[in-house]
Amino acid sequence: MENNELNSPGYEIPDDMKSVVSITTLDKIYNWGRRSSVWPMMFGLACCAIEMIATAASRYDFSRFGMEVMRPSPRQSDLMLVSGTVTKKMAPTIVRLYNQMPEPKYVVAMGACASGGGPFKEGYNVVSGVDKLIPVDVYIPGCPPTPQALINGLIKLQELIDTQSLKTVRWYQKGELAAVPVPVLGPDLIYPKDIPAIQEAGKEA
Amino acid sequence: MSDLDFTTRFPTGVVADERKGYEGYIVDADKLVEFATALRDEFGFDYLSSVTGVDYINEGKLEVVYHAYKTTGGAGLVFKTQVDREAAEVPSLYNIYPGADFQEREAWDLMGIKFTGHPDLRRILLWEGFEGHPLRKDWKEPYFEEDVKPFKSRWPEGDFHRAEDKNPYGANVQYPDKFDPEKWQPEGEDALYGSLAKYQTTDESGLVTDHITVNLGPQHPSTHGVFRIAAKLNGETIVNLKPVMGYLHRNHEKIGERNTYLQNMPFTDRLDYLSSMSNNFGYALAVEKLLKVEVPERAEYLRVIMAELTRIQNHLFAIGMFLNDLGAFFTPSLYAIEERELILDIFEMVSGSRMMCNYFRFGGVVRDLPEGALEKIKGLVLDRLPRKVDEMDRFLSENEILRSRTVGQGYLSAEDAIKYSAAGPMLRASGIPYDIRRADPYSIYDRFDFDVAVRYNGDIYDRYYIRLDEVRQSLRILEQAIKDIPEGEILSGKPQYTVRVPAGESYGRVEGPKGELGFYIVSDGKANPYRYHVRAPSFINLTAFGPMCVGLKVADVVAVLGSIDIVLGETDR
Ligand code: SF4
Repeated sequence: MENNELNSPGYEIPDDMKSVVSITTLDKIYNWGRRSSVWPMMFGLACCAIEMIATAASRYDFSRFGMEVMRPSPRQSDLMLVSGTVTKKMAPTIVRLYNQMPEPKYVVAMGACASGGGPFKEGYNVVSGVDKLIPVDVYIPGCPPTPQALINGLIKLQELIDTQSLKTVRWYQKGELAAVPVPVLGPDLIYPKDIPAIQEAGKEA
Repeated sequence: MSDLDFTTRFPTGVVADERKGYEGYIVDADKLVEFATALRDEFGFDYLSSVTGVDYINEGKLEVVYHAYKTTGGAGLVFKTQVDREAAEVPSLYNIYPGADFQEREAWDLMGIKFTGHPDLRRILLWEGFEGHPLRKDWKEPYFEEDVKPFKSRWPEGDFHRAEDKNPYGANVQYPDKFDPEKWQPEGEDALYGSLAKYQTTDESGLVTDHITVNLGPQHPSTHGVFRIAAKLNGETIVNLKPVMGYLHRNHEKIGERNTYLQNMPFTDRLDYLSSMSNNFGYALAVEKLLKVEVPERAEYLRVIMAELTRIQNHLFAIGMFLNDLGAFFTPSLYAIEERELILDIFEMVSGSRMMCNYFRFGGVVRDLPEGALEKIKGLVLDRLPRKVDEMDRFLSENEILRSRTVGQGYLSAEDAIKYSAAGPMLRASGIPYDIRRADPYSIYDRFDFDVAVRYNGDIYDRYYIRLDEVRQSLRILEQAIKDIPEGEILSGKPQYTVRVPAGESYGRVEGPKGELGFYIVSDGKANPYRYHVRAPSFINLTAFGPMCVGLKVADVVAVLGSIDIVLGETDR
């Protein structure tokens, strides 16, 4: 059956069964299940992590969105909430953690630092945003974003999940998904993709 | 300092520092160990608070700056050693003041000063193999634009660009000349593991036991952020342990030396991001010392009120997180965070931000209390918080599990606490009643009636309980402060964006929630600090962490770390 057909089943439910039967699409039920149980990784990088903790606590309570189950292990989590400054020294670890997360997985960049380097962008040990390392789904501005802003960002993530289809998401395609290459700590951070260019430059010098 | 007759004691090799705006003594490098020994044993300066370096590039010199104190109280003593930039070698003070351990490693890492005789001189904030020593004045970061801010491209023209666009790799990286990644071998972690002592032991009966290495972190739920512990175990017992940090090294000092003085204020918020008001306080004091401005009465009271509220919310959070570490997952934290939120509401009222307050200015504070704020503070301080603190005390302190996990564990003796330059609650829980608010009062702390919280067992339990004591004392101070706060000005002079600070050095220190927070500033009379160094209590308190953990099990390490209460923003800066 084609996925489009799945999305519009076209069956009528007899009146006497309406209270017990409903017909929906696989996509919808699948997305509904996933968007209501996004498990973030317990992963705090800097100041923003404190606001993340505040959001998890009783006043803001993001368990209302099914997100309270924070897992310290990447193997059990769906969402990497990058809450803070990404440093070069931490970069290989972050990529490794991302690779260890099972699909489907999402990344939210919380705060100015994770989104683009933030106030510390010019620092010699700072990566200008986590999207230099791994793909990001939602960016949340702020330094730090308030708990309200964080919740807003997480709702945006849920909206994103709602639009996905089993047919097109990257993790149900044929073949294996390639892992993100892990950067190396050399005289400075070395991104594997840059190696030829660095060699070129080295020869000229 | 008339009773300090160094020139008689040391006829050669020690001279008073006579540069304008400077104080203390300059000691010859080859006299340094002798001088420090005398300082500790004869003159009673038993506590080495801060070690850092300054790069005087125009004179071709590197200067190592030491601040020492007496734990019995009183003002401190600064002494310095100057060495040639190209051959920067200074004898290590590790054997006299073991608290110099991490600070000397930091000075090596960031400034390239070699400390001869240091037992484990590795990089600490960056990684082995990093190119250069970034805090040297001639070292330029990949996004380097100009020596000082405001950058001409942005002001007054208002042009902006993405720093990435100017970098050949489109990222914040640079490589040395002739660097070939294919031929290059990473240095890896050999230095770290090598420093963890040998890999095997043989006991009396000749049984050979392999030691195993266990790594905790940097991604681990109990490390309060991105902190790593490498431990060597014999069976289950720890025989050696090294903290590994720098995973949140955000180059605070390098950025701080490009910034104007005022631009640094919001950066200090992000040091110990749980207690931004205290950080502001320390920095403001250091700059005010150079500027010699007076702070109006009302502003002084506002400062004290905010600093003490900060201490309360920091300690509540610390206790909550500590209980997390013991395994009481998140329930005690929820109680603590509930109260913390109410204090954050006050911060938001006065400063506009919950966490990053940026509230202090040189010579005062930036805004007066808005309407209703004082009532809110009164309600909290006089009514709600005392009840809630008692409630936490009742729920937690006599708890069977908490006690059996903490009483008698992770012991730090009074001598060791001083030796390792432990500060704040950690020092006081080991029986040393040293609180800067009393020992060397700043601002208006000499007016308030309060006790220096002190406990004598030096174990994890005392380090937990002393935080409740301190919260109670802070409430006492607050009670008096909100009763006496006068009306009036909150800032002396007009608000200014750029201040010109007279040349000289200054060291401003406050009793932050985590311990002595010091700012060492060298000004050359321009609009930017020439040198800007933070003496971070979270960082230096970790010096005692390894020795404290020897003989414990891994699960207890987590409890010990929780009882030190570190914040990585400040540890790594
Ligand atoms: S965005 Fe601001 S609050 Fe968040 S980690 Fe960066 S500096 Fe800290």
